[in-house]
Amino acid sequence: MIEIDQDCCDLCGTCISVCPKDCIALTESRLIIDDSQCNACQICVRVCPFKALKLVE
Amino acid sequence: MRTEFDVIVVGGGPAGSTAARFAKTATNTVALFERGREIGTPVRCAEATSIPDLERFVEIDPHWIATTITKACLISPSDQKVLLNLPNNGVILNRRLFDNGLAEIAANQGVEIFTKSNVYKVEPDGKQNWKVFVRHLDRDYVLKSKIIIAADGVESRIARFAGIRTQTVLKDIESCAQALLGNLDIADDQIDFYFSSRWAPGGYAWVFPKGNRTANVGLGVNGAYYNGRSAIECLDDFINEKFPKAARLTTIAGGVPVAKSLKKIASDGLLIVGDAARQVNPVTGGGILAAITAGKMAGLVAAQAIAQTDWSVNVLKEYQKEWDKNVGKDYARFYKIKEWMTELTDNELDEIANLLQKVPPDEINIMTVFKVALRNKPALLLEAIKLFAQMI
Repeated sequence: MIEIDQDCCDLCGTCISVCPKDCIALTESRLIIDDSQCNACQICVRVCPFKALKLVE
Repeated sequence: MRTEFDVIVVGGGPAGSTAARFAKTATNTVALFERGREIGTPVRCAEATSIPDLERFVEIDPHWIATTITKACLISPSDQKVLLNLPNNGVILNRRLFDNGLAEIAANQGVEIFTKSNVYKVEPDGKQNWKVFVRHLDRDYVLKSKIIIAADGVESRIARFAGIRTQTVLKDIESCAQALLGNLDIADDQIDFYFSSRWAPGGYAWVFPKGNRTANVGLGVNGAYYNGRSAIECLDDFINEKFPKAARLTTIAGGVPVAKSLKKIASDGLLIVGDAARQVNPVTGGGILAAITAGKMAGLVAAQAIAQTDWSVNVLKEYQKEWDKNVGKDYARFYKIKEWMTELTDNELDEIANLLQKVPPDEINIMTVFKVALRNKPALLLEAIKLFAQMI
């Protein structure tokens, strides 16, 4: 699954624009990933400007 | 809060505020919801645009303008510089004030604006209206709306609830980081663009002065050219090399779609505008002018649809037609230029710079650059340079 470093995340939403499963969303203050939909393709990891996303086992 | 609106606009950037302003008439109700606590923050933008273009849509408040730009410098991987004189119309905006100003104009027209309002879901109610789920100040509301204008930025999800696929492929997104630097020794009237795979693979780095020895210094890394280093890491390298003594005041991140505009930007009761519709000049990544242009088109069509009590796609598709005819056609061509530019190697970029070096400096202006480019290189280069010169 993809882990979010919430302290590092700038809430820019770049990951949302590329997520093929549409399983990432923003609230006013947090990024959320729906792990039940995520297939860990890591496209979001590649585009995160701040390296706030990473794959964990 | 009223529970029914004729038009609900999601997102309070330039696209949303402009759409709301033009959607509002004396007899309809328009609301604008912004997720942030304040319109205009955080600024995720390099803030360059041109005044004559903006003036077609709005009276410019001088406070919106940080600096006026007269020169652009294109810098090749081996540090060859090509200096262009710009017509006196480029500016670096204060986006926070600019966005606030556009929202204020909408509010003065009677648009109801709500900040700290996250629209987290929309669904059709089966009776040609939308149910709009909003979390506003820690309370959940379900509102009713005839038309939704999705101006919810690069992170847009609203259109997806209506079944429109908006996902961007990697080569069509630039992952960007930008710092506001102080204590710089730079000219306030010159913008610099650095093209090199060392600084910004598949993109470019920029230095846009904001006055008082400060500048937006940032870069974009193309998603397809990601080599394990994120935009912020590339930016740290760039700043350490080029501006080691600068004071770093803020750092922001953001994604810029450099895609084709969405094929479908209008459907029953729905209009999509701005970054959400991928309405960005794909060569420069500039989106302010496109956002405002589309916002006005969409707003006027929404107002018309409410007036004639038909907000089906039959009426709303007029927006799609307007966009395709006036801007979309050009942007489709720009997309091809972007594809060509992204693939240029560092050697090729240096060759192009070399060619332009042969023009005597006092004769360099946009026209001479065009002529040189036209004689020696594909016409695409000519157009690319022109786009940077216009900064749109």
